[in-house]
Parts: sequence; C-alpha cells; structure tokens
Amino acid sequence: MNAYAKQKSRVPVILSFLIILAVYVAVFIAEQNLPPTSMLFTVLKKGATYALVAVSMNLLNGFTGIFSLGQAGFMLVGAYTYAIFTIPLSQRASVYQYFDGGIVQFTLPVPLAMILAGLVAAFFAFLIGLPVLRLKSDYLAIATLGFAEIIRAIFQWNQLGPLTNGSNMLRLFPNFNDFNIRNADGQVTVYLSTLIPFLISGLCIALIVMLIHSGYGRAFKAIRDDEIAAEAMGINLAHHKRLAFSISSFFAGIGGAMLAMYQTTVQAKSFTSAMTYEILLIVVIGGVGSVTGSVFSSFLFVACSEWWLRFLDEKQIIGDFEVPLLRNGFRLVVFSVIIMIVVLFFRRGIMGTKELPDLFRKRRIKPGKEG
Amino acid sequence: MWNTVFPYLLSGISVGGQYALIAIGYTMVYGILRLINFAHGDVFMVAGILMVYICASGIPLYASIPLVLAATAFIGFLIERVAYKPLRSAPRMSVMISAIGVSYTLQNLVLYVTGGLNQIYPTIPWISDSISILGATTKRVTVITPFLTLILVVALVLLINRTKIGMAMRAVSKDFETSQLMGIKINTVISTTFVIGSFLAGVGSMLYFTNYTTVIQTSGAMPGLKAFVAAVFGGIGSIPGAVIGAFIIGIMENIIKGLDVILFKSGILARPVGLATFSDAFTFALLIIILVVKPTGLFGEKTTDKV
Repeated sequence: MNAYAKQKSRVPVILSFLIILAVYVAVFIAEQNLPPTSMLFTVLKKGATYALVAVSMNLLNGFTGIFSLGQAGFMLVGAYTYAIFTIPLSQRASVYQYFDGGIVQFTLPVPLAMILAGLVAAFFAFLIGLPVLRLKSDYLAIATLGFAEIIRAIFQWNQLGPLTNGSNMLRLFPNFNDFNIRNADGQVTVYLSTLIPFLISGLCIALIVMLIHSGYGRAFKAIRDDEIAAEAMGINLAHHKRLAFSISSFFAGIGGAMLAMYQTTVQAKSFTSAMTYEILLIVVIGGVGSVTGSVFSSFLFVACSEWWLRFLDEKQIIGDFEVPLLRNGFRLVVFSVIIMIVVLFFRRGIMGTKELPDLFRKRRIKPGKEG
Repeated sequence: MWNTVFPYLLSGISVGGQYALIAIGYTMVYGILRLINFAHGDVFMVAGILMVYICASGIPLYASIPLVLAATAFIGFLIERVAYKPLRSAPRMSVMISAIGVSYTLQNLVLYVTGGLNQIYPTIPWISDSISILGATTKRVTVITPFLTLILVVALVLLINRTKIGMAMRAVSKDFETSQLMGIKINTVISTTFVIGSFLAGVGSMLYFTNYTTVIQTSGAMPGLKAFVAAVFGGIGSIPGAVIGAFIIGIMENIIKGLDVILFKSGILARPVGLATFSDAFTFALLIIILVVKPTGLFGEKTTDKV
C-alpha cells in the first residue's frame, strides 16, 4: 500500500472492462434484432478474425521486435488442420472426391479442432524457428516469407491429397452459422454466429495481453529494445524468441481456423504473402506495440474495405453530375493511398503504444496534481 | 536424356537472365539503403502494363520501347522520392513497411486501371519468333536474354567502377554518413540507383513478358521475390553475385518444373508425383539454406556488428 500503488488507480482498467462488456452486449442485441444478412455482421465476423491475427502478429513485431512475415503460412496450417478434422464423415466422400474420401476417418469437436489448429501451427513455427530465428531483421522477414510460401506449396502437393485434398478446396466443415441455436424445426431461436467469434477472439487476445504483462512479456520487450542488453541481463535470447514465435503462431493458427469458418471454404492458394502484407498494414495503422490499436484497426480496415468504401466501386450520380473515376477497384486505390499517408506521416498509427486504459489515465493525470 | 533436359535448361537460362535484371535493382538498393525494396517486383510488373497500354494507343514499337523504359525509370525515381526519402532517418522497419505499402498501392492501381483482367502483352517482332536450336523449339528471346543480360551487366560494372557517380555509389554503400561528410550528394546517388534499377527491371519485363505473354497486377510479386532471393544468394550488394545467383535459381527452378518428366523418362520414377508444385518453394528453401549456412551469400562481404 505505498504511494505508487495508490497513484495507479484501478478505475481506467475497470472502465475498459465495462466498455468491452458493453461491446459484447451490443453485438448480442444487434444480432438478435437486425437481419443476419446485414453487412454489419460480415464486418464484425471478419474483423474479429483479423483482430486476433493482427494481435498475434503484433506480439512478434511490436512486442518482441521479431519482424516476421510468415503469418499467412501459419494461418494456412491452422485453417487446414481445423477443416481436415471437422468435415463430417458423411460429407468426406464428396469433399475428397479425387482421393477416395481421404485418410482421416474421424471428426473432432469444434473447440478441440481449433486448439489442435493452434498447436499444429505452433509446432510448425517451432521447427521453422530453429534455423530462422538466428537471422537479423530483414533477413528474418524474407526467410519467414519464404517459409510461408514453402508451406503453401507443400499443402498443395498432390501426393498429400488424401490428407489435404491437394489443390482442391476443403468445404462443408462447421462454420460460424452453425453456432446459432436452432429449435426442432431448424429455425434459429438465438443468433450466436457473431458473438461466438467475438468470444473466441476476445479470449485469445486476453491470453496474449496477460502474456505481455507477465515476466515473459517483459523479457520480450527487453529483447525488442536491445538484444545485447537483454542478453547481458540474463535473458535467454534463443529460448524467448522461439517462445514468442511459437505462441504468436499458435494464435495465428486459431485465427486461420476462424478465417476458414468465416469463408466456409479453404484453399491453400488464397494464403499468399499479400494476406500477410494486409495484416502487417493493419498492425501499422493501429500502432506497432498496441493491442488495442491492432483490434481497433482490424475492424476499421475490414469495415472500410468491405463496406464503407464500397460506394467508390460503383457509379455515383449526384444530380446530373456523374462523379468521375468511380468504377470497380477505385476503392482499393483510395484505400492504399490512405495507408501510404498513415505509413509516411502518422508513423505511430492510431494508438501509438497506448492501450485502452491509458486513454482514461491521460485525462486523469491533470486533476491528480492537486492531491 | 539430353533431349528431355535441354529445353528446361534453355528456359532456365533465359528466366535466369530475366531474374538477374531484376535482382540487380534489389542488390543495388540494398547495398546503399539497406532496404528490401518490396515494390521492385511491382515496378517490373508496371513496366509490363505500360508496354501494353502504350502499344495499344498506336505508338509504333521503336518509339514505345524507349518510352516504356524511360517511364519505368521515372516511376522508380518517383517511388524513392515519395515513399523512401521522407523516412531517411526513420528505423529500418518503417521503410520496409513503406515499401510494402508502395507494392500494395501499385498493385491496386493496376487492378483499377486494368479491371483485374489478364492483359495480352504486345508481340515484339524478331525476338518473339520461334527458332529451333539443338532440337529444341523456343522463342528467339530465350537465346537473346542471357547475352543481353551479360552486356548490360558489364556496362553497369564499368559504370560503377569507372565513373564518378559509380565511385559515389560505392562510397555511399560503404559508409553512408562519411560519404555525406565528404560532399557526396546522397540524394542524387540514391535516385540514380533507383533509376538504374528500374530501367533494368523495365528491360527484364520486356524479355520476361515476351515469354509469358500475359500481365496481371500480381505478376510482379513472384519474380520479384525470386530475384531478391537471387540477390541474397549471390551476396547482397554484389552485382556479379546477383547475376550468378539469378542464373542458378532460374535453371534450378525450371529443372524442378520438368523433374517429373525427366525422372519418369529416365526410369527412376514409376509414375509422375507432381514435383513441379515445388518449383517456387525450392527457391525459398535455397534462400533459407544459404542464410543459415553462409548469411553473406556467395560473394558478400563480411560485416561485423559493433555494440
């Protein structure tokens, strides 16, 4: 009960919890009342997925200082693991039509399959990390990017078809809509298809935040700030880097499984380096080193690209005036220009390194001087 | 056996030459700015798109080729000025992110202009004629590429070793700050590097797309990455290294593309196993091996880190 502990009030943290709770309640209420085809839910589902992946990337790039570009590869591993183990047995013959129904002839429950997705991705990361994590900044970036490409090639290989279905897509596995609670007639009584991804993503992000605030998290930050100093303080560099890399990939794997559920199909060729770049740009826009920023900018990014900027892709006529330039693809041009402006002029992103509770703290510091 | 291998070897040498022209741009920029210019592959693609549009507008070929090369060089210059120069004192990660942003922007811009459709590359007469050498039929460009590459590389090496701007480039890549103190105009040197790199990527794109005939917004990404791998393989910062690395990667990649057929015909494999899937992956495997075994590449200089 010293002065320092008193000064660091719990109020901002409680306020933040209340805000997050309010968001969850709002999502639940919106889902029961708005039509399920609304664009809002597409954005929320994809946003929740991207938020998890962006935070997992931020754990590496922002908190440990490992500039990795392998995220899409680990998402691919997660997505495939989830899909392979959850396709219902009755559907396997049609999904694996070129490979006699595949070799996996059992299914796992969805939560177990998701955890397995994370574990397999983490295992891949552990193996890849052995040679790669010795490299420095941009060499590491290009090597992880290379590994993501290698993983993509392996999963497309025809010889592995009985397991991965070769270059054909995996489909018919349980997706977000299967979380809705239905009555005996098959009608939906309680909509949960958006709330559940929010809960999964929220739980995983909470775990990452707890990790960042633990002793391991402090070691990660020390490595980020100065590797040599960190090593001199007795931090085992190789061990901690491998740990950060595997944990980040674990959550990227779960994010991949969520992406599979969102898309309802999985195909290796869609997990390109462009996907990694997109996630990296989300992290940068949110602020490298801010979990809140990554989450916030994921939703912003998805909302802009899927919904708010859609009007730029269609002809708009105001009165007699047809707005020039508007046609398919213009949205992405405007979008990339905005991103370039953020990258060049607002390098700290939306949040810098601040988190949600810090926003309340800042305001509270000034009146605090009196007491 | 030879008849099976030879066509793959031939196209490997050709692709290698094209990668070499891109790889030089990477290696020069990295040598000077310590930046992986992720947008370089996209500059290469934009050169291809420019060619499509300029030729479609009816400008004759003898005028459009120099025009495309000049425009590509200018785009390289512009990218450096807009996206990299403001970040000169920023951490290296920010510049790399900016490069990824430029790559994203260029791809989206081309997507918008072309509508995301494959564009047919104009046929450049003479070099796209079919010829047959040693029993293999191919386009003339396949044979010309390695020679043209070597001529350009020799010219570039002369430029770097014999001219004043070349000397400045070498000085800047050795020590950024000291050369600034010695009165070298850093910005001019860096711009020149980008102009040369983009010009060579423009030449490379003409040769490459004459072979592959279609251009789309993503066609620069893979050749770009592979050229970068070639630059790392040869020792980043070294031009001869980049060229040799590019030829090795081009040849190996094409051999792997044909490995199924080659092994099948020579009786080692009982049936094709689809090894061609790994032709891209192989390049990256090579990258990781070289980074782990000899991080400075074949011809790279050793650097020591000071605390």
